[in-house]
Amino acid sequence: MNALGLYNYWIVIFLMMTGFYVVIASGNLVKKIIGLNLFQASVFILYISAGKVSGGSAPILREGIESYSNPLPHVLILTAIVVGVATTALGLALVVRIREAYGTAEEDEIHRQDESL
Amino acid sequence: MIELVNFVLLGLLAVTALAAIRLHDLFAVTMMFGIYSLLAAVVFVVLDAVDVAFTEAAVGVGISTILMLATIGLVGRQERRPSHRPLLPLAVVIVTGAALVYGTLDMPGFGDPDAPVQRHVAPRYLEQSPEEIGIPNVVTVVLASYRGYDTLGELTVIFTAGVGILALLGLRRRRPSTQPTEQEKT
Repeated sequence: MNALGLYNYWIVIFLMMTGFYVVIASGNLVKKIIGLNLFQASVFILYISAGKVSGGSAPILREGIESYSNPLPHVLILTAIVVGVATTALGLALVVRIREAYGTAEEDEIHRQDESL
Repeated sequence: MIELVNFVLLGLLAVTALAAIRLHDLFAVTMMFGIYSLLAAVVFVVLDAVDVAFTEAAVGVGISTILMLATIGLVGRQERRPSHRPLLPLAVVIVTGAALVYGTLDMPGFGDPDAPVQRHVAPRYLEQSPEEIGIPNVVTVVLASYRGYDTLGELTVIFTAGVGILALLGLRRRRPSTQPTEQEKT
């Protein structure tokens, strides 16, 4: 039972690590931000998994339902999704500015230009 | 049954994430990200978080993907392939992942009704909100009433990000670029 009970967490960790890998291993700034988004979505799944109750129902009160899933993680993640899009937009705007200034969005190329100054 | 659907969907998510690593065309990576977000939204429906699923499908799949496509349109869609094998990042990722897996070993099982997270404030929200607020959707009640300051803080973050984006891209008049970009040269 235990391995099955932890399956969600392990998949979340796998997804988190793929996002982390994209952020640190790829040199392209746009792909780095996509990696950050992959990481972020995996955190959402972690929270929602923690809020699930076996046999529970969506937390909308109505007749004849005994047990509901936990509404608090849902609220936190609603906030996190919207904040995540705001930060993504800011990051992408920075990438566009960097591309304007350096003519490239590849990290090593930007470093080379900085060093040659 | 729900466990089985959950099992399959999470497996698909893992495959999509791997595909996003392997691809080097940023347009394809963005599409993979869209699929990933949509699958995450379906997982949220399965796990009873319907409000979160709506928001993820609208904001995560819609707005994020459009922002990324717009950026790719300005920046260029091909990522340069790395010249050497990324062994150090791989090692860092494996060590971090192993530490996190070790951390999950004494976590409560999936769906456990007696887990600490289920026994804190959530029962109070579910039991008291019909008398105190009177709206059936508890997520809305908590978002707008019990934790209204969180939502105010969220608005502050969005406002700050909007000001930052305007400062970066919008308000300043573009100077004509003195040196041609890579694309103009070729």
